[in-house]
Amino acid sequence: MEKVFQSAEKAIRELIFDGMKIAAGGFGLCGIPEELIDALKVSGVKNLTIASNNAGVDDFGVGLLLQTKQVKKMVSSYVGENSEFMRQYLSGELELEFTPQGTLAERMRAGGAGIPGFYTKTGLGTVIAEGKEHKDFNGQTYILEEGFFADLSIVKAWKGDEEGNLIYRKTARNFNPVAAMCGKVCIAEVEELVPIGSLDPDNIHTPGIFVNRILVGKHEKRIENRTLSE
Amino acid sequence: MWDRNEMAARAAKEIKNGMYVNLGIGIPTLVSNFIPNNIDITLQSENGMLGMGPFPTKQNVDPDLINAGKQTITELKKTSYFSSADSFAMIRGGHIDMAILGAMEVSEKGDLANWMIPGKLIKGMGGAMDLVSGVKRVIVIMDHTNKKGESKFLKECSLPLTGKSVVNSVITNLGMFEINKEGVRILEIAEGSTVDDIKKSTEAHIINL
Repeated sequence: MEKVFQSAEKAIRELIFDGMKIAAGGFGLCGIPEELIDALKVSGVKNLTIASNNAGVDDFGVGLLLQTKQVKKMVSSYVGENSEFMRQYLSGELELEFTPQGTLAERMRAGGAGIPGFYTKTGLGTVIAEGKEHKDFNGQTYILEEGFFADLSIVKAWKGDEEGNLIYRKTARNFNPVAAMCGKVCIAEVEELVPIGSLDPDNIHTPGIFVNRILVGKHEKRIENRTLSE
Repeated sequence: MWDRNEMAARAAKEIKNGMYVNLGIGIPTLVSNFIPNNIDITLQSENGMLGMGPFPTKQNVDPDLINAGKQTITELKKTSYFSSADSFAMIRGGHIDMAILGAMEVSEKGDLANWMIPGKLIKGMGGAMDLVSGVKRVIVIMDHTNKKGESKFLKECSLPLTGKSVVNSVITNLGMFEINKEGVRILEIAEGSTVDDIKKSTEAHIINL
């Protein structure tokens, strides 16, 4: 199976449909699949449910899909940097499923690992626990959280090979490995596509079995909060 | 009264050699400035990094290297990187010794509210709910009162909770407090503050007052 595609637009073609569920890698604007987000915007696909830790900023990242009102629902832990998001949410145009960051990561991991639910202490006694099953283990109460199963995963890596093996760089790894696992199909965009055999097999972060399509992207890598030492 | 830096310095005294520590956004970030050179600790950043270094110089800025506050940061020799799932395995699994974070409200039972004001401020909990439920010791740094002068140290939190019975210590501009099963206890009064100041500004019941 040829995994290499020449562009993000070609890679998403015939995979997208209105109302689909997407899992996206990235933390803030770091390690986000910039080209795949752009391609989704251009495609005009609508009523998306997107699981992504953050919602980007107004004019970058997932924020681009909010501008064009292609998103029906976000599953996120922190959406603080996006005023268009806030406007759509407060006016009732956009649904939001707040999910604690670790629970979101584990929901994606579990979905990718074929685990439909797991118990966690996170959120116990808060609104997050409302309506969820509670169960005691060893004298402690936990709540049931569900695995996240996406129709499509979109991730960004540093290097990848034609088999889809991926290596991330520094904190741009973040949600990408778990987002990659939980989709029926995963598309990865990489900074550099290398020939098979040039990545060290002991140092591959996402094995190629999780990646169905791969393409080389150009990345702006916008910095959200440039902080310098004095 | 302690200022931001003095509160951070007081929190730094709680950090012992060899600890793995997660610092929240705001005043907690300042804590790392007050860790003595003879104390070797490892800072965890929940976006996927252990061994967080100082902020970069202009030449060293790397968009692939940020902390949980999305600030640019640097690495150390001992640094490791990992996925968000592994990061929260460390946190939820009880492997992190201490979390220091900010608060909007704390109750006398150790309940914490720091993630949303209904109808007004909807940013999200980020990793705070995972941190307070998983980390061995949770220290809150906050102003004792809000801008209107109302106590933030309450009998019951009025805002949606981040965690129930999760806060072990509170450091405010007026002093340091411990919360355990018996209740809230003053451990230390800030220079220039009095027991009376604390009494006036605290709604929570303090057992050694």
